[in-house]
Amino acid sequence: MNLLILGANSDVAYAVAGAFAGHEKASILLASRNMELLEKKVQDLTIRYGVEVSCCRFDVTDFESHASFYASLATKPDVVVYSAGYMPATQEEAQKNYKEALKILAVNFSGAAAMLEVIAADFERRGHGTIIGISSVAGERGRQSNYIYGSSKAAFNAYLSGMRNRLCRRGVHVMTVLPGFIHTKMTEGLDLPGLLTAKPEEVAEDIYRAFRKKKDILYTKWFWRWIMAVIKGIPEMVFKRMSL
Amino acid sequence: MKLTSWGRYPRIEAEGSHFETTEQLRRQVVRDGNLIAYGMGRSYGDSALNERVVFSRRFNKILHFDPENGLVACECGVSLQELISVFLPRGWFLSVTPGTRLISVGGAIASDVHGKNHHVAGCFSSCVDSFELMLPGGEIVLCSREENSRLFRATCGGMGLTGVILTAVIRLQKVKSAYIRETVKRCRNLEEIFHCFEQYQKLPYSVAWIDCLESGDQVGRSVLMAGDHADTGSLDIDLHQPVSVPFDFPGFCLNRYSVKLFNRFYYHTRPASVEKRLVPLDPFFYPLDSIGHWNRIYGKGGFTQYQLVLPKSASYEGLKLILNRIAKQGLGSFLAVLKLCGPENGNDLSFPMEGYSLALDLKIEKKLFPFLDELDRMVIDYGGRLYLTKDVRMSKAVFRKGYPQWETFAELRETMGMKEKFTSLQSRRLEV
Repeated sequence: MNLLILGANSDVAYAVAGAFAGHEKASILLASRNMELLEKKVQDLTIRYGVEVSCCRFDVTDFESHASFYASLATKPDVVVYSAGYMPATQEEAQKNYKEALKILAVNFSGAAAMLEVIAADFERRGHGTIIGISSVAGERGRQSNYIYGSSKAAFNAYLSGMRNRLCRRGVHVMTVLPGFIHTKMTEGLDLPGLLTAKPEEVAEDIYRAFRKKKDILYTKWFWRWIMAVIKGIPEMVFKRMSL
Repeated sequence: MKLTSWGRYPRIEAEGSHFETTEQLRRQVVRDGNLIAYGMGRSYGDSALNERVVFSRRFNKILHFDPENGLVACECGVSLQELISVFLPRGWFLSVTPGTRLISVGGAIASDVHGKNHHVAGCFSSCVDSFELMLPGGEIVLCSREENSRLFRATCGGMGLTGVILTAVIRLQKVKSAYIRETVKRCRNLEEIFHCFEQYQKLPYSVAWIDCLESGDQVGRSVLMAGDHADTGSLDIDLHQPVSVPFDFPGFCLNRYSVKLFNRFYYHTRPASVEKRLVPLDPFFYPLDSIGHWNRIYGKGGFTQYQLVLPKSASYEGLKLILNRIAKQGLGSFLAVLKLCGPENGNDLSFPMEGYSLALDLKIEKKLFPFLDELDRMVIDYGGRLYLTKDVRMSKAVFRKGYPQWETFAELRETMGMKEKFTSLQSRRLEV
């Protein structure tokens, strides 16, 4: 199996690479911007799992480059994970500076929409493949402290849902991953509730298992399905006064 | 954020940041103020605690492996557990391992940890070929026995006070199986266990569990566990997720009666004598790693480990006195461990010396520290010392007497600007 990870420098991406290398002996291509870090991860994953790992430079927000990036791949992937994500330390930064807000949208949504179309077209033609989009439970309902990030993820969710609908009869599977809190560099400055917060490795195992079972939507950890059901069920009249 | 280490005492308010590249670390190091590296938080006391720390856990890439010689180059945040799960199936195991696999390579070097094979293999530093160290100005130097050997000797066992260890090249040992041929002997008192240690000295691994609540002619009642790597058995290892202690035990659970009961039960359920039975390597080396958060059984207030070593000539007399004193006080510990150590190495602050080491876990309570001060005096009188990695309370005077090389270490820190840059609560308490 050939696995392509877009936004491969995230902690979840590294853990997902480990899960697919360990269970599946997948050949892995890591794509991201920081090459120094990627090259270390290539060595690391090669030694740990004895699989073929390589890396290449890729910028999700450089939309123009997407088609040529994909065309340049010698072996086309069977599974693609989109794990690029951006969230500023506080939403206020994005409220005050539209460039921050646009960056959130570009990394979390527009980049995905541009890149995954190229891949979807190839998968559709080949009649097989899996696209795994790492989104967030934050996309399920906008909250005052995080709605700009949340809306980018909401757009991503709708996008993945539609793409799944379009490709399901063409042998191509699309999976939406909705993680809750995870201990990663993105959430480093946040005070996260310990019991609800997962490690990247746990999330990666969940993702791998769900991939095997061809799940459409994965909440990880599992309890987020129920937490979000409650949060989505709160009437807007009440919700607007709450501070979650 | 709140920060503490394995003993959960003290808990402090600290600022911490992770690093994944040397550049990210450098930005933290050259910033004004002082800091200390924090790995897996498994040292017991305050040696990794500071108002500002850098977390090495994400700096955990394995960079190179030489399958001919068993040499691994890795970043300091890699845990021993990761090394075992990657390399044991290929027939390689750590040359030196402490009683937990949940520590980082950087922490193992900074504490110069030792294990059941100290009497034959020495400390962790003996399997370290070289490492890179980031100094106060952000510059990186390679340290080995040949190059920057002064820094090498100060950093191995140097409690992170000479800089941040970045990457290390360590030497693994070849093994044929993931099993140990274990010998177990019950010993009725200190004399018997000393005799047993001598008798099994040729086996690479030996350690004893010791009952600290017995006194009189039963003082030092213990169970020796010794062993060697087996030739047969598979190389597969299952390092499964541990069962966790879900909450803090209330303080009253642990008292001299419950510990006495546990100790009796433990002693009498061990076989009186077994030779060379085949046991998996994981529970042999890491019996406690199968229980997550076991530090919670000591309650909210936390605990400390008191680990001392006495020179061999004074060990019998000294330990007898100390054990009797502990039994009289009734401060029993579930986990008291006795070990015969080999000769000391030349590192400035490495703990082991040729003689017997005793370690006991003790719940933090009001009367504990004055009592330990009393024990300190006995340890110093007999020419021994305490382990910095476990320590949270020893005085400057006890440290200086125990570690005669403290002065050269402090001098190095002074001249290289490490004293202002790399500090911990411990280094300030010990004024080093």
